[in-house]
Amino acid sequence: MTEIIVVTSGKGGVGKTTTAASIACGLARRSKRVAIIDFDIGLRNLDLIMGCERRVVFDFVNVIQGDCSLKQALIKDKRIETLFVLAASQTRDKDALSKDGVRKVLDELIADGFDYIVCDSPAGIEAGAHLAMYFADRAIVVVNPEVSSVRDSDRILGLLSSKTQRAEKGGEKVKEHLLLTRYNPRRVAAGEMMSADDVKEILGIEVLAVIPESPDVLSASNAGTPVILLEQSDVAKAYEDAVARLMGEDRPMRFIEEPKKGFLARMFGG
Amino acid sequence: MGLLAFFRRSQPTASTAKERLRIIVAQERKAQNAPDYLPTLRRELLEVIRKYINIDPDAVQINLEQEDGRDLLEFTVTLPDNGAGRI
Ligand SMILES: Nc1ncnc2c1ncn2[C@@H]1O[C@H](COP(=O)(O)OP(=O)(O)O)[C@@H](O)[C@H]1O
Ligand SMILES: [Mg+2]
Repeated sequence: MTEIIVVTSGKGGVGKTTTAASIACGLARRSKRVAIIDFDIGLRNLDLIMGCERRVVFDFVNVIQGDCSLKQALIKDKRIETLFVLAASQTRDKDALSKDGVRKVLDELIADGFDYIVCDSPAGIEAGAHLAMYFADRAIVVVNPEVSSVRDSDRILGLLSSKTQRAEKGGEKVKEHLLLTRYNPRRVAAGEMMSADDVKEILGIEVLAVIPESPDVLSASNAGTPVILLEQSDVAKAYEDAVARLMGEDRPMRFIEEPKKGFLARMFGG
Repeated sequence: MGLLAFFRRSQPTASTAKERLRIIVAQERKAQNAPDYLPTLRRELLEVIRKYINIDPDAVQINLEQEDGRDLLEFTVTLPDNGAGRI
């Protein structure tokens, strides 16, 4: 069984691509076969975050238009055997993706036996974002503890429950998760930032993970390494927890409180 | 911040970012002004070479340069083990 996971948000720049790359790596690291697809047509970015920008020969639109086979377009990750990237096209033609075209590619990945397909959605609520979520079984709604991001996420939750294949068929609903990122426990404690509980209360869905704000995300993207692979980083640990929870493990939330312990206690005390 | 995190952060990732971007931005700018057939040419070339040698997709680079008022089409093929082979 293949599970299709969309990483979406409405608002741009909240951490979708960072999240999609890390979740895909985390799943693949557990020996799952994972394909991650960049739906941001015209503004390809996932390739940079995955560090495979120089290996893009064919892209998503090439596959849909039959310029090449899916196999030729899938870029095999150099770090994790079971991870494959499908890059977005840099075309300016916004209508290059169609529902049938996307369906064709997803069906082929399913037939090929992939365990997970991770769809990195573009910002907005237009065609690209709609297509990225349309076939999803599960949605990770990425949100920052900030007013405009939370409102946009609510719009996206509305679309997930009305404009997806599952919604149209009227069967099982798309499973929704909140992933709160760029979280700053110090500012939350000081009352300067909404807490995870505040956001959860407003949106009314479970929080899959809280990812701290951290300079590690920039170092990781500079290097073309998904941040989950920076083992010592709190961000990596938080994403690893998210992956474990996605796969049904129960893990306590970490990194939601300001660390009070001293240096040694943090190093050795956990 | 843990000790390891401290050391990791002092690594020069900004220069890695700059180098990666220098390459990819130059490549994409060229692609925008280049004749339409260049990407196809690059792909087909890659496929032909792959019949004989197992090379990586980024091993074939195509450049269209202006030199002394003439257009110069340059292919660079990096072979798996040692050095670059120019065709
Ligand atoms: N946890 C985090 N801490 C610090 N910066 C982050 C974090 N998550 C994402 N960012 C930064 O936010 C920006 C947008 O991230 P990105 O994943 O590209 O968002 P999107 O795909 O939603 O547009 C990037 O500069 C990224 O480095
Ligand atoms: Mg993005």
